[in-house]
Amino acid sequence: MSATIIAPARAGEGGFLRAFASQEGLLAFAIVAVAILVGLDNARFLAVRNLSDIILGNAYIAVAAVGMSMVIVSGNIDISVGALIGVLATISGSLAVAGAPLALVWAAPLIVGVLVMMLQGAVIAYLKIPAIVVTLGMLSILKGGLISVTGGRWITDLPESFHLADIELFGILPMPVVIMVAATILAAFWMRYSARGRAIYATGGNAEAARLVGVSPQRTVVMVFALHGFFAGIAALLFATQLKVIQSTVPPNLELTVITAAVVGGVSILGGVGTVVGSTLAAVLIAEIASALVFINVSPYWIHAVQGVLILVTVVADILRRRRRLAGG
Amino acid sequence: MTGMTVLTEGARRAAPRWLIRHETLLAAILIVALAILGLFNDRFLTVDNLLNQGRLMTEVGIIALPMTFIIITGGIDLSVGSVVGLCAIMLGYSWKNFGFPLPLAIVFSLGVGAAAGFVNGLLITRVRVPPLIMTIATLALYRGLAEGVSQAHSVRNYPEWFFFVGQGELFGVPTQLWILLVGIIVAGIALDRTTFGRSLYAIGNNETAARFSGLPVDRVKLLIYTLSGLAAGVSAWVLVSRVTTTRSDMGIGYELDVIAAVVLGGTSIFGGAGTIWGTVVGLVMIQLLKNGLALTGVKGDATIIVIGVVLIASTLIASSLQRRR
Repeated sequence: MSATIIAPARAGEGGFLRAFASQEGLLAFAIVAVAILVGLDNARFLAVRNLSDIILGNAYIAVAAVGMSMVIVSGNIDISVGALIGVLATISGSLAVAGAPLALVWAAPLIVGVLVMMLQGAVIAYLKIPAIVVTLGMLSILKGGLISVTGGRWITDLPESFHLADIELFGILPMPVVIMVAATILAAFWMRYSARGRAIYATGGNAEAARLVGVSPQRTVVMVFALHGFFAGIAALLFATQLKVIQSTVPPNLELTVITAAVVGGVSILGGVGTVVGSTLAAVLIAEIASALVFINVSPYWIHAVQGVLILVTVVADILRRRRRLAGG
Repeated sequence: MTGMTVLTEGARRAAPRWLIRHETLLAAILIVALAILGLFNDRFLTVDNLLNQGRLMTEVGIIALPMTFIIITGGIDLSVGSVVGLCAIMLGYSWKNFGFPLPLAIVFSLGVGAAAGFVNGLLITRVRVPPLIMTIATLALYRGLAEGVSQAHSVRNYPEWFFFVGQGELFGVPTQLWILLVGIIVAGIALDRTTFGRSLYAIGNNETAARFSGLPVDRVKLLIYTLSGLAAGVSAWVLVSRVTTTRSDMGIGYELDVIAAVVLGGTSIFGGAGTIWGTVVGLVMIQLLKNGLALTGVKGDATIIVIGVVLIASTLIASSLQRRR
């Protein structure tokens, strides 16, 4: 038993780095390999337009996966995030149409996202209800609430200024990519080098040990969910502003895609391990595969099956790797 | 072997005392709710309406039985809704595209359901993938297979006799209610009166102890996840027969209804406690809630808000009761 407790801590700097590098290196390699293989079959896949569409259209998934990674590293799960993004996108869009000031339009999803997720985090941490029950319940509350309030109506006539995703920084850098990269890098550094960031790993690795070294697992979980809500708010903004209409429904299976990105990115579902650089690369890989299916004449209806297989392969590999490391010493 | 006796005795003594309270409370609420709904709406307390609600309850109810077993062991199965979709597609697809005779197609789809559950159980027991993440992965995988195989085409034009299970009656009672009834009796006896049932409580209370007591923990788990897949297959059969068509989006969100019914029925989400009787009361309550809300004019989408609240609230109440004890 003691080996299990000590292992993540002892893996420390060197072991961690190597494990991360391998997962991230593998993902980067996979992204390039898929591009080359599909490009050989159908060169149009490599068109700049297509590649940039893949990243621009899916940056919000990568941003949401940053928050999801933190949640999973802390030893929890959240399946309400897809529904929340739908709700937040609708709130922001409705405000924009109603003529609210732009600052409020952009801030509202962030604030509501943080509040909803903090509430869930508090119930999970302090009332000790499993995350799966709380977030499953919240999923249906948000989903049912959104459809009954909006009746599934589309939001149209969005003001031109609303479209955050259309802004290009310095005339060339598209906003979704800037936000995706910035969120990933900031979160990666914060999780790796700040005390609070390390506390997430400590809580997920061993909550009892974390408590003994002065980390409050409860407060850490609430903080993680609050951050997750913040990233969900940004994701909702990118999602809402990249199209000319907002559908006012919950994007189906969005939470599965976000969870897949986090898990395939190397975030261990056993808690305590993982980086957001991996999850962002994984989000890009998943989007790339979804797009590639079309180019190699495979029906896009297979994408969920591909996601399921990706999760399974990563999780099984993670467990076997841990087991070998434990057995090895 | 003595270790096991002690353990199961312990489980038996510890579990029922508060469970009985929980269930009596629940049954009392149920009766009050029935009376109120009956008072406010004269279409509610009619034999026709109640039998029809039973018909609608069956698809979720069949799956809730093995889910009770799984949650008692401290596990969970989130893939059930996707297995329903996959089985429905397999039934329709093998009949239409492989040219299977319909009875064989039904058996084939039940087999697919059992296999889907078996795969869950296999990786959970052999590789020790946590049930939560395993069944989230297959929630995506099985739905993806249903979508991929069917290409979102629906299958219709089933022969008349096929609708007997989903729309017909036997001795004046909807056919599928008999299936559910048999399921409830078998599951109830298995949980309460057999070593298999006792071992579920033992695993949920302390898996390591159960293992050291010589219980075949892995075999039991493999069995209950397989049963869960099989039940989802039966549910798909009843569902396709009731709505006369097969679509790949069938069963979406079933996991919510099933888990809510089981947890509302007093089964501890932490494992170790729960009864089939409680699950049945939970099922009936949720169905009546849906029906009552629908009769008072609440739209279907709004009822899932209520179910979400019920799920969280009943877990909160159960865990605070447990802590006080």
